[in-house]
Formats: sequence, structure tokens, C-alpha cells
Amino acid sequence: MEDMSNYPLELTGPDVPMVRFMNVTKSYGALVVLDKLDLDVAPGEMVTIIGPSGSGKTTVLRMLMTLEPINGGVIYVDGQPLTHMPRGGRLVPADARHLRKVRASIGMCFQQFNLFPHMTALQNCMEGPVQVLGLSRAEARARSEELLELVGMIDKKDQHPSRLSGGQQQRVAIARALAMRPKVMLFDEVTSALDPEVIGEVTAVIRKLVAEHNLTMLMVTHQMGFARDISDRICFFFGGRIEEQGPPDVLFGSPRRDRTRQFLSAVKEAI
Amino acid sequence: MSYQDFLQTYAARILNGTAVTAAQFLFASGVAILAALIAGLGKLSANPLIRGPAVVYIEIFRGTSLLVQLYWIFFVLPLFGLTLPKFAAGFLSVGMNVGAYGAELVRGAIQAVPRGQWEAALALNMTPATRMRRVILPQAFLLMLPPWGNLIIELLKGTALVSLISVADLMFQAKQINASTYLSAQSFGTALIVYYILARFVVTPFMRWLERVMAQRLGRT
Repeated sequence: MEDMSNYPLELTGPDVPMVRFMNVTKSYGALVVLDKLDLDVAPGEMVTIIGPSGSGKTTVLRMLMTLEPINGGVIYVDGQPLTHMPRGGRLVPADARHLRKVRASIGMCFQQFNLFPHMTALQNCMEGPVQVLGLSRAEARARSEELLELVGMIDKKDQHPSRLSGGQQQRVAIARALAMRPKVMLFDEVTSALDPEVIGEVTAVIRKLVAEHNLTMLMVTHQMGFARDISDRICFFFGGRIEEQGPPDVLFGSPRRDRTRQFLSAVKEAI
Repeated sequence: MSYQDFLQTYAARILNGTAVTAAQFLFASGVAILAALIAGLGKLSANPLIRGPAVVYIEIFRGTSLLVQLYWIFFVLPLFGLTLPKFAAGFLSVGMNVGAYGAELVRGAIQAVPRGQWEAALALNMTPATRMRRVILPQAFLLMLPPWGNLIIELLKGTALVSLISVADLMFQAKQINASTYLSAQSFGTALIVYYILARFVVTPFMRWLERVMAQRLGRT
């Protein structure tokens, strides 16, 4: 058992990060996917995680969304522990109720969109606000239509996902996640399953979010040009650790580590 | 006696029997669907106090003979103070038996809903109950409809066993007519044809229609 007394019950002070990974370890059996990860994301910051497959980058997002339990360390969201909760003056693993409370500040978009196939685009967006937040149908509809407008999908609001292209589905999925008013948005390879010609319509939506909304965002992507344009910081993951991180111009322009250089030149060759 | 004469003489009894068979079928289907849903969800529960009874029910009713179950419910339960009218004992036995098979269909279909759907529902912070009701079950329902079609036809044919506890269904009437006339080919032949018509031209088209309607509601037109 890990000694939990080194972890604060909550984060306080002037510079509380929106997300803090503190000493977070994740392993599947003997395979260590993430090794004592420390990562802070400031409020309103856009952080992009890049790295070779198997480097643990998607796992970071999945742990933050509580889709994967962690094996060590603590994740804090908006100053509150997410994976743990305070009890009797120390942190114990979070129960379902605590997870639900803290998870409300996090939204996620997936590589495979994962829209609900039995609902229209509008119904997909209204589902969370009505069923989880308890909004009236009228309020949920107004909020959803506004967001479908934002992602340019208002014309298709009554279509089922099976009638939409991948790019359109992903834009609806972004609206659906935003309808829950999260403080942190996670984008997990949201363009990887798309045909090349529709990638732009999804990245345009994310650009708009970055420009116009003060959301904290954490993104995993293979679109290096896109990442360079919109990120405040790039984290290069290798072997379950952050090998190098920094502002996009520095990391892409003059990387310090060999592995970063090797990865970036391999990616460039692929294009 | 020509077959036409046979039909004229016994049509009323055969129709009565068919009506009783149809009623047994409808009630037993209701019992089967309800039992399958409860036991199928129960078997997926993490709580052993819920999972245990579901597993016991499925094992007992799938692992033993329907006829023995029928006799147990009708002849043995009264010894423990629970006496059921034969009509109710009939459809309950058939329904509980088929429900045990249906429970596995429910469980399998729920588990076959893609993982991404469960994750998307979790990312929207749904409770497990809301997720099941709003996201998983509607999709699982479509997945399990085709195998349910087979099961419901098995159920229809299974109702013939209730004649053995003297429920006056189609099979019971056919046996009675045969016993008094010895026209075996006509009596049992007619029963055979009626069961076939019910299965092939009533139940099957209804299930196909249901599959189409559900597929449309999923936007897969």
C-alpha cells in the first residue's frame, strides 16, 4: 500500500492547476504503462500529448475520465482529488459517489465518436443535460441547439448518426460533450478515424473552441501541424514518461532530446 | 368420414383449443420476457445477492426438463401449500423455462453493445441505471430480437405440454378427439397444421415486423 500522507487533501493557493497528475502510475499486470507521472494543466491551458503508440498518451486521458483506474498516485481536478477522497484526514480511494461528483467537470471526445445510434444528433446532445443534470427539455434543447450551431451541425440536428459522415459525427460528439458544461475537455485522437478531407472540419471546431472559450483542454493527436498551431504546450511521451515538454515552437523547432528528434523526423517522413 | 366431415364436426373444439393455446402463448411470452430481463440483468450484477438467485434460476430451469418443471409446479408445489390453477401453472412453467434461455440472450446482447457506448455514457456522468435504461438496453434489444424470434417459436410449441396437466389447449383437444374417434391422422394432422400456421404466419411475421420497427428507431433504415 502506498503511503497517502504525502498527498494533500486538496490543492489550495493562488496557482491551483485545473488538472494535476501527482506520481500517477498505471500498469497492466507486469506492463507499466505510466511510471510516476507528474503533469499539471493550468486553467484555460491547451496541452497536447504526442508520442509513439504505446507510450501511454491515451491512457492519460482515459485515467482522467475515470475510464481506467490508476495503480498509484493521485489525480486532482480543480483542486479536488478525483481518484481519491478525503476521509478521516487522509486520502482513500474514491467511491462511486465521489467519482460522479468530480467527474462532472470533465468531458471527453473519442476517436470512434461513440454517438448513441438510437438518438438523433439533437437527442444525443440533450441526453446528458436532461438525464444527468436534470435540465428541463426546453432548456436542454436550447443549450444543445446553440452548441450544434457552434459546431455547424444545426442543419442535421434531426439526423441519426448512421446518416452522418465521420466528421459530422465527431462535431456532434463535441457538442454533446460541451452540453455538460465541463471545465476540462479531453480530445482522444478525435481525427484519427476520419477521412483526410473531413479532418479540417473537426480541427476547425477545436480551433474555434480554443479561440473563443476559456476551456482547459487536453488532447492526444497525430496532427502535428494542428497541435503546433493551437497548443500552449506540447508533451512528448515516451515509454510511459514525459520525455520532453515545452511550448510548441520550442518542442517542434529545437527539441533537446534525441528521442523527440527521432520521433518528429519519423512523423515528418510519414507526411 | 372425409376430412371435410371431420373438420365440420370438430372445428369448434379445435378452434377453442387454438384460442387456449394462443392465450397460453401470450401469457407465457409475457412471463418469459419479464423473467429473462430480470435474470439477465441480475446475472450481470456485481452484487452476489442479486447475481446468485439469477444464476440459480437460470441453472434450474435450463438444466431440467420442461415437462418435469410443469409437473413440479402443478403437482408438487401444492404439497408446499402453493396451489395454482392448471391454466396458470401451464403458462408459468413454460414462461419460466423459456425465460431462463432468454436470460442468456439478454445478458449476451447487453455485453455485445460496443464498449465505446458504455464509455460515452460514463463520460456524460450517467449513473449505471440511467446508462442501462437509456443507452445500453435500447441497443441490446435490437441485437437480441432475432434469437428471441426462435425462442418465441420454441415457446409456442412448448405450450403443447400443458395438455398433460389437462389445460384444454389445441393438443388436449386433438388428443380427446383422437381418443373418441381413433382418427389419429386427422386429429393430430390438424393440430400439426395449426401449430405450423401459428408459428410460420403469425409469430414469425410479427417478429420480423418488430425487427424492422426497432431498426428504424435506431436510424438504420
